[in-house]
Amino acid sequence: MEIAVLLFLTSGLFLGWALGGNDAANVFGTAVGTQMIRFTTAAVICSVFVVLGAVISGAGPAETLGRLGAVNALAGSFMAAFSAALAVYVMTRFGLPVSTTQAIVGGILGWNLFSETVTDTNVLFKILSTWVICPVLAAVFAMVLFKMVTAYLRASKLHLLRRDAYTRLGLILAGAFGAYSLGANNIANVVGVFVASSPFSDFSVFGLATFTAAQQLFLIGALAIAVGVLTYSKRVMLTVGSGLMPLSPVAAWVVVVAHSLVLILFASEGLERMLAANGLPTIPLVPVSSSQAVVGAVLGIGILKGGRGIRWNVLGGIGMGWVLTPLLAGLVCFIGLFFLQNVFGQTVYRPVPYVLSEPVLERLERAGVKTDRLGELRGQAFSSARRFRQALGERMALNGDDEAKFMAYAEVDPMAIDPARLPDLETSRLSAGQVQAVRGLTGRTFLHTWMLAEALARESGEWRPREKTTENKAHNRRLRKKLDFVFRTFRVGE
Amino acid sequence: MALAKELALFRRTKSLETEIDDFLDKLSESGMVFEHAVKLYLSDGRTEEFDEKLRHVNELESTADRLRRSVETQLYAETLIPESRGDVLGLLENLDSVLNLFEGALWSFSIETPDIPSEYHADYAALTEIAVQGVESLVLASRAFFRNIAAVSDHMHKVMHYEKEADKVSTKLKRAIFAADLPLSHKVHLRDFVEHIDNVADRAEDVADRLTIYAIKRTV
Repeated sequence: MEIAVLLFLTSGLFLGWALGGNDAANVFGTAVGTQMIRFTTAAVICSVFVVLGAVISGAGPAETLGRLGAVNALAGSFMAAFSAALAVYVMTRFGLPVSTTQAIVGGILGWNLFSETVTDTNVLFKILSTWVICPVLAAVFAMVLFKMVTAYLRASKLHLLRRDAYTRLGLILAGAFGAYSLGANNIANVVGVFVASSPFSDFSVFGLATFTAAQQLFLIGALAIAVGVLTYSKRVMLTVGSGLMPLSPVAAWVVVVAHSLVLILFASEGLERMLAANGLPTIPLVPVSSSQAVVGAVLGIGILKGGRGIRWNVLGGIGMGWVLTPLLAGLVCFIGLFFLQNVFGQTVYRPVPYVLSEPVLERLERAGVKTDRLGELRGQAFSSARRFRQALGERMALNGDDEAKFMAYAEVDPMAIDPARLPDLETSRLSAGQVQAVRGLTGRTFLHTWMLAEALARESGEWRPREKTTENKAHNRRLRKKLDFVFRTFRVGE
Repeated sequence: MALAKELALFRRTKSLETEIDDFLDKLSESGMVFEHAVKLYLSDGRTEEFDEKLRHVNELESTADRLRRSVETQLYAETLIPESRGDVLGLLENLDSVLNLFEGALWSFSIETPDIPSEYHADYAALTEIAVQGVESLVLASRAFFRNIAAVSDHMHKVMHYEKEADKVSTKLKRAIFAADLPLSHKVHLRDFVEHIDNVADRAEDVADRLTIYAIKRTV
């Protein structure tokens, strides 16, 4: 691996460190602040479970973040993560509540703007709506849990000493769960922007399991978080008690559990599969803010107690953070990319051209998109997504679905099935049939990703996506991941 | 590692629970013995049986002291319940001071052997009963603090009630003593013993006030 690669990763590590330093307090703050658990115990448990959560369940939210903007050059990823880290640092400096999630979204949008990539408004809306849903959901969870716990405590008549011993054990378990969900949900913020430009490749661990490129990235990011927890979180933990409302240890336990449930809800692919299998609506896998989940949970308990003692102006600060943080990160990212590109001569994005060639038009027709009004745009190429969309917009009024189809099918992403790269497939998660199908295409080139996907589907049934239903969602996502892996492996110029 | 430590904590918790219960038993028991001893003194003066009761209260007091110290050391040395160990400690020490008052009053009876005219015996006995009932309610409130915090207030108001009753009886008794045709030194001596007993009820009320605050702090 080149030194430059490591250098570019540092901004992600910086962001991870900041996240570890700040957000570990959400999970263990009250327990340590009230001396129920010693800091070293808390920090070690927190670090271990953050790493586990990130590596095991971190993929879902990272993928959503990737769809918001596939930052496709390492220098670009560096700037997106750096601007996010800087925004977090500045906001913390001014004592404003801040979330790494909001910062990184701002950074990605800044990159999108600079690289003339079109932001997927559906994904953006999905992420934005979870920012509101997350604290509300945490508040509801906290209220229900608090009612249940207090009712239990009243009925059980536990001895005060015993109750405190249980509370303490509960705080440790809840903290471990919280750290796991924090790692699972927020690892996307730390290294999510590096996934598309990841310098790692999949490798197999003794032929038992595959350690994907993304997981290696998550591990490094999670270690950065762990370092943040061990080196910087003590002070934050000790001051967290004076934050929103004074909490008893039992209430603190409720807050941590409610927070963790929300985070894991927005991160767990397993849960999504379970919901889907029972025909229930699924929850979008999105990175949400750990701090805001805590604030929501504390407010929930505050409301149960009649709303006394709540500092409402903190809520205003959070609302402001929703606007200010992404704005700041986006601005820093845009300006930073400009300097990185023009002063330091770095490639901050790989230009993605679009073309309306015959096969593309034919594919669009098949997908039910009317192409007869394109006129002289037929056969033309466009240097960026924004120019392409502009040209389309002048010609015809597009609805969101059609626009997405135009973007997906016209995007140029040349790939060649190079026999030299075929051995890479052996160590991957592809099935034997799937590998066989790729081999069958050896020597051929494809101008668009969908062309390769369709060619593979023709080669083998194992490459065919299933009908779009909630039950098949998880299967199709796994298929898409495998396709992404194939694209990455055979992309020309990688 | 942390988990194993937590499990050891549960075992220690069990023994601490027993020790605290024992401590409260001793306090309650010394109240009953105190009442018995005062009544014995009123009817027969300082007899062998009275001294036996005094020794009993002495023993109870030192056992309670030992229990209290053991609980305190464990609470701090093993960092148990850091949130409220200060309160538990304060409660135990305050309860212990009530026990000391029992012991002190009986010693005074034993040493000073006050000459209590028979017309006051009924009031002294009533005052003693009321004060001991106040302490008994305080013990119940303290047990509730550990086991069922919502029930603390059920016992608390009784402590207040007994304190007021004790005040009434002691005022009445003191007025009667000072209105009587007795030498002033005798009157002052009699008054001292009214106060020895009345102090128990007052102290119980003070402890109950503190307990109220501890209980509020514990309500989630």
